[in-house]
Amino acid sequence: MKLDGKVPKGLPLADTWTNYRSKMNLVAPNNKRKIDIIVVGTGLAGSSAAASLAEMGYNVKAFTFHDSPRRAHSIAAQGGINAAKNYPNDGDSIYRLFYDTVKGGDYRSREANVHRLAEVSNSIIDQATAQGVPFAREYGGLLANRSFGGVQVSRTFYARGQTGQQLLLGAYSALSKQISTGQVTMYNRHEMLDVVIVDGKARGIIARDLVSGEIQRHSAHAVVLATGGYGNVFYLSTNAMNCNVTAAWKSVRKGAYMANPCYVQIHPTCIPVSGDYQSKLTLMSESLRNDGRIWVPKNADDAKLVREGKKAANDIPEDDRDYYLERRYPAFGNLVPRDVASRAAKVACDGGNGVAPTGLGVFLDFAAAIQRYGKSEAYAKGNHNPSKDEIISLGEAVIEKKYGNLFEMYEKITGDNPYKVPMKIYPAIHYTMGGLWVDYNLETNIPGLFATGECNFSDHGANRLGASALMQGLADGYFVLPYTIGQFLSGDIRTPHIANDSPEFMQAEQEVKNRLEKLISIQGTESVENFHRRLGKIMWGYAGMSRNAEGLNAAIKEIQALRKEFWENVYVPGELNEMNQELEKAMRVADFMEMGEMLAKDALERNESCGGHFREEYRSPEGEAMRNDADFAYVAAWEWNGGDMKMHREDLEFNEIELKTRSYK
Amino acid sequence: MRLTLKVWRQKNGSTKGQFETYQVDANEHMSFLEMLDVLNQQLVEEKKVPVTFEHDCREGICGACSLVINGQPHGLSSGTTACQLHMRFFKDGDTITIEPWRAAAFPVLKDLMVDRSAFDRIIQAGGYITINTGAPQDANAVPVNEEISSLSMDAAACIGCGACVAACPNSSAMLFTAAKVSHLGLLPQGKLEVDTRVINMVNQMDKEGFGQCSNTYACEAECPKEISVTNIARLNRMYMKAMVTSSKG
Ligand SMILES: Cc1cc2nc3c(=O)[nH]c(=O)nc-3n(C[C@H](O)[C@H](O)[C@H](O)COP(=O)(O)OP(=O)(O)OC[C@H]3O[C@@H](n4cnc5c(N)ncnc54)[C@H](O)[C@@H]3O)c2cc1C
Ligand code: SF4
Ligand code: FES
Repeated sequence: MKLDGKVPKGLPLADTWTNYRSKMNLVAPNNKRKIDIIVVGTGLAGSSAAASLAEMGYNVKAFTFHDSPRRAHSIAAQGGINAAKNYPNDGDSIYRLFYDTVKGGDYRSREANVHRLAEVSNSIIDQATAQGVPFAREYGGLLANRSFGGVQVSRTFYARGQTGQQLLLGAYSALSKQISTGQVTMYNRHEMLDVVIVDGKARGIIARDLVSGEIQRHSAHAVVLATGGYGNVFYLSTNAMNCNVTAAWKSVRKGAYMANPCYVQIHPTCIPVSGDYQSKLTLMSESLRNDGRIWVPKNADDAKLVREGKKAANDIPEDDRDYYLERRYPAFGNLVPRDVASRAAKVACDGGNGVAPTGLGVFLDFAAAIQRYGKSEAYAKGNHNPSKDEIISLGEAVIEKKYGNLFEMYEKITGDNPYKVPMKIYPAIHYTMGGLWVDYNLETNIPGLFATGECNFSDHGANRLGASALMQGLADGYFVLPYTIGQFLSGDIRTPHIANDSPEFMQAEQEVKNRLEKLISIQGTESVENFHRRLGKIMWGYAGMSRNAEGLNAAIKEIQALRKEFWENVYVPGELNEMNQELEKAMRVADFMEMGEMLAKDALERNESCGGHFREEYRSPEGEAMRNDADFAYVAAWEWNGGDMKMHREDLEFNEIELKTRSYK
Repeated sequence: MRLTLKVWRQKNGSTKGQFETYQVDANEHMSFLEMLDVLNQQLVEEKKVPVTFEHDCREGICGACSLVINGQPHGLSSGTTACQLHMRFFKDGDTITIEPWRAAAFPVLKDLMVDRSAFDRIIQAGGYITINTGAPQDANAVPVNEEISSLSMDAAACIGCGACVAACPNSSAMLFTAAKVSHLGLLPQGKLEVDTRVINMVNQMDKEGFGQCSNTYACEAECPKEISVTNIARLNRMYMKAMVTSSKG
């Protein structure tokens, strides 16, 4: 079946959103008061939506499994947020931000959505500044910008290394104000475990109070999911420990489509895995690639000695080092986009030249930058004949100013001093471009069920550019959904309060209870954590950085077997009616095991390489990704269908931008 | 390394808790929370109930982790959350005591997890700038002095963990509240509502049952984000001024 993204037709792209917005159906203030909306998730996308909807007069019920909205995973974003303000006067524009995002996404996103994102980007900065977000400023008092990978302008706004934190605190403060007026009822420590559909429309959720264990039925006229990404299907990722796919997955089980699940972003600069006990991976900001040079030893023997701790990086002479990114991509060097840098690291390590004890790690070396900065600082200070030590100490001071907090974090975790020895890094799962399929209104194929933020698939195609996720989450929540949801709700102004004791609600509640009780009753011998780890190994091994048909077929079989074993042999201690973290985890891992299979299936069917999806069969003789626009310029929206998955296509039209091969040579 | 752990166990908010002793094998590369993961895995394998503790980001930014380790909130390393603490700071044979935050306003929910919703209610009382989503003026219309903006950011870095309360002999929430009052009150955007904000937030703090500040500065010493007590002095100045000028006072 072909899917319709419902992009308004007939107008130039640049006018589409403004025109659509001014002609959209409205809900009158007196009717808004009678309408209830459930928002699940209070990260950037959810807090901003809940606050804005409440300000407009709707009754909002907001849910998070966290103890406070301020703890959502959005809090961890470091680098920044993009906008087309063109404050530095370097030629940026809405069109350029739109163009960069479509190109960066390897031409697999919907043009009209991306254009709208670029259009509202500037309002986000205005809004956040007015809320008191302390963005970095120039000495003249105006806002400062910096650059990020894959683009040629400086359009990233930031608040030190804590941009996500500050933006979330801004949205949280707006939400808090609405909670204080009673317009939002906040349900902290409540986890959504199912969506309830009545007469084909999403009319509520089943949630579990995580403190008492009580199962509850909550009804509303519409449901918005802002529940984040599914990166933790790989077990190890840069996501927070509790990020999970359950809310989205439960909707998929009820008929919502999951779009492009195989598009997963792998970030090239993370601290490598150090052992089996490892619980998560830590991101080292992309900005480090501005000054760090990436290399591995040329000789496998040297690499082996480094792995065994018998040789130090600094003892390997210049001629015996392979600066492989500079060698393979002379035009962009160490600054190639994330997907390209990640794959190149894998190639280097698969060849036996990795440097971490596990074999999976490459050097990120600042020695050359320290020398360069040291010399120019000395010169600037009038010292034309600086000693070696002077150069190093001046150079280190420059590096400290730029990356001090990151270097400190690295040392805290690894115990190594990156000013003196190169960092060791390796790619890790970071972000999921795929997500619930939504149309131009951010509505899923289930009427009344909306999805915003990382939870939907909408704007990043097959690869997301740095600093664009925060932008998208807030665009959706502040400036898009609060309007587009009116298209659905305007048809519902005469619908009275939705009862939460209809047969549909009672049945959904019973199903959730049954599933939870089943998990506890298995009383097997293996922990939930072990199952999650084993799933992660399958996913990373077969559906990670590099994929092929044989491996993906194996993954599907192994996941099915693992799932079977899980439902026969998992051990969940404790009880249903109490706080029970193992039970929470078990529910989430059960869903990951189905989601993982869908991801592998999507990767198997997409017979091309694009963005974060790299199929070994589809690469050039030089090893570069080969996209296939003739056959695959579409969104793959998957229906679970009880496990017998079906794909629905939304063909992508490119009217504004010409499809080209991305080249970084 | 082999460690002895004395861990606070408490079934829920209405039962009494006690310390339990466990042995665990860890290694120096683990983080402190990964060491607790090992303990929990061990307990699950023995078919016992694992230890409940709060955590999420495991990189020192979400403010979820909240452990008193050997008597110190977030443990011995300064400027570090419990999740960023690594086992190389411990040695073979060590005994480690692990407790939840202790404060009347932060009741224990289970084992090492406490209820910090009082912090949310302090923010709801006034920790915001009243501005609806819409079309505020251009972000650059109001220039902000770089130093002021940077001071505001220093205060805004608070992660809402509550270690300041746990460290304070009076269980005062002054550092947390002062950080928010400073963050917003320093900026031109937040100046208009300074008086009502500070009065309402301080009132809420008292209502929640946090103690009075007696300037021991234990909060600053244990704060993982090194929030300065100068923010408390700023809150006090703002509060005095507000009480004088505001008719509500
Ligand atoms: C380390 C790191 C650094 C990053 N840096 C940047 C950056 O510099 N710039 C950038 O643009 N992007 C960055 N990103 C990406 C970006 O942070 C995220 O994509 C974005 O914040 C996601 O926001 P969200 O609101 O969609 O979801 P989240 O912030 O993940 O929020 C999800 C919410 O849903 C709730 N929830 C989930 N499931 C349920 C359920 N079943 N029931 C109830 N509640 C539920 C959670 O409690 C939470 O409130 C980074 C990501 C990481 C991991
Ligand atoms: S002031 Fe410091 S200790 Fe207190 S909540 Fe904020 S970050 Fe935690
Ligand atoms: S787990 Fe997030 S700060 Fe410790």
